[in-house]
Amino acid sequence: MPVITYREAIRHALDEELARDENVVILGEEVAQYDGAYKVTQGLWKKWGDKRVVDTPISEAGFIGMGIGASMLGVRPVMELMFWSFAYVAWDQMINNAATIRYMSGGKINCPIVIRGPANGGTNVGATHSHTPENFIANTPGLKVVCPATPYDAKGLMKAAIRDNDPVYVMENTVLYGETGEVPDEEYVIPIGVADVKREGSDISLIAHGRAVITCLKAAEILAEEHGIDCEVVDLRSIRPLDEETIIESVRKTNRALCVEENKPFCGVGAQIASLIQDRCFDDLDGPVGRISAVDAPAIYSPPLEKLQLPYPEQVVQKVLAMV
Amino acid sequence: MKPSVADPEHHIDPTDFAQAAINKSLTPETKIRLLRDMIRIRRFEETAGKHYNAGKMGGFLHRYDGQESIAVGCASLMGAHDHMITAYRNHGHALSVGMSMEECMAELFGRATGCSKGKGGSMHFFAPDKNYWGGHGIVGGQSPLGAGLAYYVKYKGLKGSCMCFMGDGAVNQGAYHESLNLAGLFDLPVIYVIENNGYSMGTSQARSSVYKNCLAYRADGYDIVWDLINGWDLYEVRAKMQIAVQRAHEESRPTVVEINTYRHYGHSVADSKAKVYRPEDEIERFKQQNDPIQLWRNRLMEEGVITEAIYHELDKAAKAEAVASVDFAEASAYPEFEDITKDVYFEVDEFTEAGRTGRHFFND
Ligand SMILES: Cc1ncc(C[n+]2csc(CCOP(=O)(O)OP(=O)(O)O)c2C)c(N)n1
Ligand SMILES: [Mg+2]
Repeated sequence: MPVITYREAIRHALDEELARDENVVILGEEVAQYDGAYKVTQGLWKKWGDKRVVDTPISEAGFIGMGIGASMLGVRPVMELMFWSFAYVAWDQMINNAATIRYMSGGKINCPIVIRGPANGGTNVGATHSHTPENFIANTPGLKVVCPATPYDAKGLMKAAIRDNDPVYVMENTVLYGETGEVPDEEYVIPIGVADVKREGSDISLIAHGRAVITCLKAAEILAEEHGIDCEVVDLRSIRPLDEETIIESVRKTNRALCVEENKPFCGVGAQIASLIQDRCFDDLDGPVGRISAVDAPAIYSPPLEKLQLPYPEQVVQKVLAMV
Repeated sequence: MKPSVADPEHHIDPTDFAQAAINKSLTPETKIRLLRDMIRIRRFEETAGKHYNAGKMGGFLHRYDGQESIAVGCASLMGAHDHMITAYRNHGHALSVGMSMEECMAELFGRATGCSKGKGGSMHFFAPDKNYWGGHGIVGGQSPLGAGLAYYVKYKGLKGSCMCFMGDGAVNQGAYHESLNLAGLFDLPVIYVIENNGYSMGTSQARSSVYKNCLAYRADGYDIVWDLINGWDLYEVRAKMQIAVQRAHEESRPTVVEINTYRHYGHSVADSKAKVYRPEDEIERFKQQNDPIQLWRNRLMEEGVITEAIYHELDKAAKAEAVASVDFAEASAYPEFEDITKDVYFEVDEFTEAGRTGRHFFND
């Protein structure tokens, strides 16, 4: 099977969907002539031209709102935010308009838009550029939020997002763009709302999304090799819709759960999962549900400190050792 | 409405800005200081760039080389109640208002001795004690803040202003337009300074904006006086900016100025297409013919204010200062882990009643 980067996997998904559906349009800052700030859209403008791949001015509220409006009549915009942190400029459009137009029209209007881009810390770009708003988005009925951790998932989920008739907000990760993984040549689509057990285990369930999945996999390896502890790693893949059954099944098997995320702790994704587990697996638990999140402060710039602000494998190892 | 300089009451000869009162009153020492300040920025940026490329810093580094005359010229007009705020390309502004190379370099190195204790990084320098309010990473995000700083000045009945800097790409943010309306409506003494270097990242002005005449002309729709400035001439920057400062001080009215300039390097140090979206001969032409430092140096030599030897002395001193700032940075400690959660809430840091009430942080 071909091995490609996370970045290429997303690009292939975009390319294939541009070919499949003439209504798909890619819009965003520097996505066309510059090939994308992070090169996700590299070559697409050259291949598809001005009509399908469009550079926008720095007007997030304007162009995201424009995409939402266009989607109401059937354009299928895939909007790139250079950073998800810039979504806050367009927040009204993304929350008030995209999330509620279907509801307030009594189901008469749909909003098949994809908004995608990197949403992560860990690259020392400071507090204004390091936000992880997946919990905010998931807090908003009407929106879907997807956080792929691997090239395979990134491609399959992106294709599903583009075909979805509701607004799907895809959160990528600049740290993962260069990571490689196997991605088949044949077409596939990963349904949104299906978690993936990335590693089977029997002692504890590590539940994560995005890059935290990779952190958990590394921790699981250390725990297996050095401590004989067998972790199961559940990759949520999408936060809303949430695959509750896979989480429950895993925790019923391992009887322990640790939620790991790069999001901040308060009302983070782990809080929702912990609530689910106590509700559905109370009698299966051998101990309280654990959580690891980013250190609860704006993202610090200082490179060695930011490393410690986000979950890292050794931290997960120590937490697991304290729990089992 | 016409640009402000066309207004005859200002008695400025647009063919010779050196004759403007604000420039005529410059002493040779001040003229040399302006040169020194520009050179210091250039050497700071070069030194930072070198160490960035050597992997000593994280994040982005947006260099100011080529635009020095703007920050230096504008800062030279600031009095006790004049404030400054800008975007992420902010090292030049920081040094212009008197921040030290040491605290700025240490910030880039992520050290606790940095101006923001290593918390802000390259895009986020601040020095409120020097009327300098940053350093803002979100394009256009500082424009309402600029209006707000001016709001304070007016509220307190002070003779002052806020110079709010932004790039040519930022003029397309809604927040900027809302700010213009507020500034005009509330008679705020704010001066929006568009540093027009022709590009927002890899996008040329023509590909990002529609406009009549120039970008500043959009202010006309808000009944705000505007002006267009040739940023390569320090005399022109000062002469025309002074009119805006005066308008703020005396009439409490806003101004929008657009200053033409050019950045010598990529958008940030990591700019994959820096030599693709801008033809190489264009970059060379601007470097050779429109370098504000060389132009000011030549001007001062013509005026007999400096000699080649003085210029080299200034340059040598600036280089040495930049190198010393790196030594300072490298000898400084990183912040401690506990520092991550400090400076989030005033009340918590100060152990006030409010800060001790309820839970503020949610890690274990
Ligand atoms: C809201 C927002 N959108 C996008 C960006 C990414 N970005 C940073 S600088 C920049 C270009 C800005 O160009 P300009 O305003 O001309 O300033 P210059 O870089 O030329 O100084 C872009 C798109 C951002 N920081 N904030
Ligand atoms: Mg620009």
